[in-house]
Amino acid sequence: MLTLAWRNLWRNHRRTVIMLAAITVGVWAMIFMTALMRGMVDDMLHNGIRNLPGEVQIHNRAYRDDPSINNSIPAPDKNLLKALQSDTVKAWTQRVRVPAVISSERDSRGVTLLGVEPQSEVKIGFSLDSISEGRFLSDNNDDGLVIGARLAERLETRLGKRVVIMSQDPKNNIAERGFRIIGIYKAKLASLEERYVYTGLETVQTLLKMKNRVSEIAITGEDYRNVSSWYPAIEKAAGKNMQTLPWYQIDTYLSSMLKMMDGFVLVWIIVVFLALSFGLVNTLVMAVFERVHEIGLMQALGMRPSMILYQILLESLLLLIIGLLAGNVLAIGTVIPLQDGIDISAVAEGMEMMGSSSILYPALKLNDMLLANTVVIFLGVLTSILPAWRAARFDPVEALGKE
Amino acid sequence: MTAIVCKDLCKTFQQGDEIITGLENVSITIEEGDFVCLSGPSGSGKTTLLNAMGGLDTPDSGQILIGNTRLDQLGKGALADMRLNKIGFVFQSYNLIPVLTARENVEFVMQVRGVPAKERASRSFKILKEVGLQGMENRRPAQLSGGQQQRVAVARAIVGHPALVLADEPTANLDTLSSSQLMELFVELNHHHNITFVIATHDVRVMRYAKRLIKMQDGKIISDDTQEQINTRDK
Ligand SMILES: Nc1ncnc2c1ncn2[C@@H]1O[C@H](COP(=O)(O)OP(=O)(O)OP(=O)(O)O)[C@@H](O)[C@H]1O
Ligand SMILES: [Mg+2]
Repeated sequence: MLTLAWRNLWRNHRRTVIMLAAITVGVWAMIFMTALMRGMVDDMLHNGIRNLPGEVQIHNRAYRDDPSINNSIPAPDKNLLKALQSDTVKAWTQRVRVPAVISSERDSRGVTLLGVEPQSEVKIGFSLDSISEGRFLSDNNDDGLVIGARLAERLETRLGKRVVIMSQDPKNNIAERGFRIIGIYKAKLASLEERYVYTGLETVQTLLKMKNRVSEIAITGEDYRNVSSWYPAIEKAAGKNMQTLPWYQIDTYLSSMLKMMDGFVLVWIIVVFLALSFGLVNTLVMAVFERVHEIGLMQALGMRPSMILYQILLESLLLLIIGLLAGNVLAIGTVIPLQDGIDISAVAEGMEMMGSSSILYPALKLNDMLLANTVVIFLGVLTSILPAWRAARFDPVEALGKE
Repeated sequence: MTAIVCKDLCKTFQQGDEIITGLENVSITIEEGDFVCLSGPSGSGKTTLLNAMGGLDTPDSGQILIGNTRLDQLGKGALADMRLNKIGFVFQSYNLIPVLTARENVEFVMQVRGVPAKERASRSFKILKEVGLQGMENRRPAQLSGGQQQRVAVARAIVGHPALVLADEPTANLDTLSSSQLMELFVELNHHHNITFVIATHDVRVMRYAKRLIKMQDGKIISDDTQEQINTRDK
């Protein structure tokens, strides 16, 4: 039966080839475009998670409602340290994050002062490439200050100048000290540049008399999609007194973007399929009506209508599978050379606003490919049922008698 | 045992405003192992009658029994099964599946029946040799002459040793020699395997082989003679 389906397929070479090409291109479009969109969203999510920072954060339970210095947490204890050393954790860092006022000779502004561990901060999110002038912090008690380019502009200050930072310690006493600006960074979002100023973790802890307590612990794994597999272990180690949250709960905008993307991929795949299905149905209908005689003959010889139906479906399935194979190969073949990124800065100036880079890295996901293939096979067979059913209902006498 | 019983078959066709009579009160009883020729001018209803007997077409009224089974009581699937297992067909036209080779065409019925590949191959090889198509097993229908195609169809009809063979003009495209060879084969199968044959034909050479000759005209049976009767009448 397979032989019959196969030979029937190649009866009208041109039609089959055209249809195959259509399926191939359709499948390619599904997968390739999906990879591009995935790449874009991946990038946005990466940037988003980098800015949080971390895929998982540990805070004081009250911190989310009131992110003040009072709601700090102790440095990780033995238990938590052990959990943080597991293989699933790629990097982790602790930071103090407090509201502060920064003043230059000319102006002052409200900012968020971050006391960070420079080495691990870099691993988790801060990009050294973003330093446009000067240098980043060197160690935990570095008392230099790294500020955004935009903020420097607003304060009318520059590298090497001194500024004063003022904040409150846990006892609500004003704490202030002078800092020298040792580095200027540029961020993708101007608002970030104006908001965050970095200095060493211990410098802030001393300034605010908070011993070795911190505001948050940020942790990153290998893949942001797998967070749910490992963060419960961290949560357990952190204990009930602390709140351990994955990125999708910290930033619901980011997670809704991922969900929207999943929906969008499905819609895209189905839209391409619909375009394909017209061609597919048309091909099959033509194939069936061309073969009225022999379908009648097969029935007359004792092939049950259900077997005729199966025969036609088999033919369509063959067509789909070959097209799918070719489409997948083509998609993989076009994505791999683009793995190093496509420069879309020319067309995507506005995109940076949304947190996307100007270099697009297509992301081919096994799940997306499986989805595309399943949709094509499943809906393909479904749409083939109509012409196949018509064929199964031919009246053998009439079919044989037709000249 | 009777192979087929037809009772008061009527069939009309509508063509535009015209009503054409296909069969009019046809009743025949064919015994198992009989060798029947249906003859009559073109349009006399031979094909229509064969189609009705094979369950391909339902008469407007009347009954057909094959063995003990009433055809009008069978569903589409059961009719298909009956054709598959009991009847060998040779049609007047469009006999072969164009994408399959001669051998595959012969094997088609056996394949649908689920006969194992090995047995199919040996049987089809043997039967193709018997109908004189040795060496052409792997040709497609388009690479065979009309007569050769007809012989492939005959081979397919008899390869599964059906109880009944319904053949519509099996010799239409054959030369004298081939058609007599084919008829000898039919006679032999009829003789040795007790296969019942019903053959519609214009060909007098074919009619000579008949044990029973039924003449039709305008959808009616006008004469029904055994070979002896024919012979005595001819004398
Ligand atoms: N599908 C149909 N639609 C309309 N009329 C039909 C149809 N099939 C057969 N007929 C008519 O029924 C009559 C009997 O046809 P049938 O095919 O049985 O003749 P036949 O004896 O087989 O002729 P031939 O020797 O030419 O094959 C003819 O008048 C024919 O035109
Ligand atoms: Mg006829």
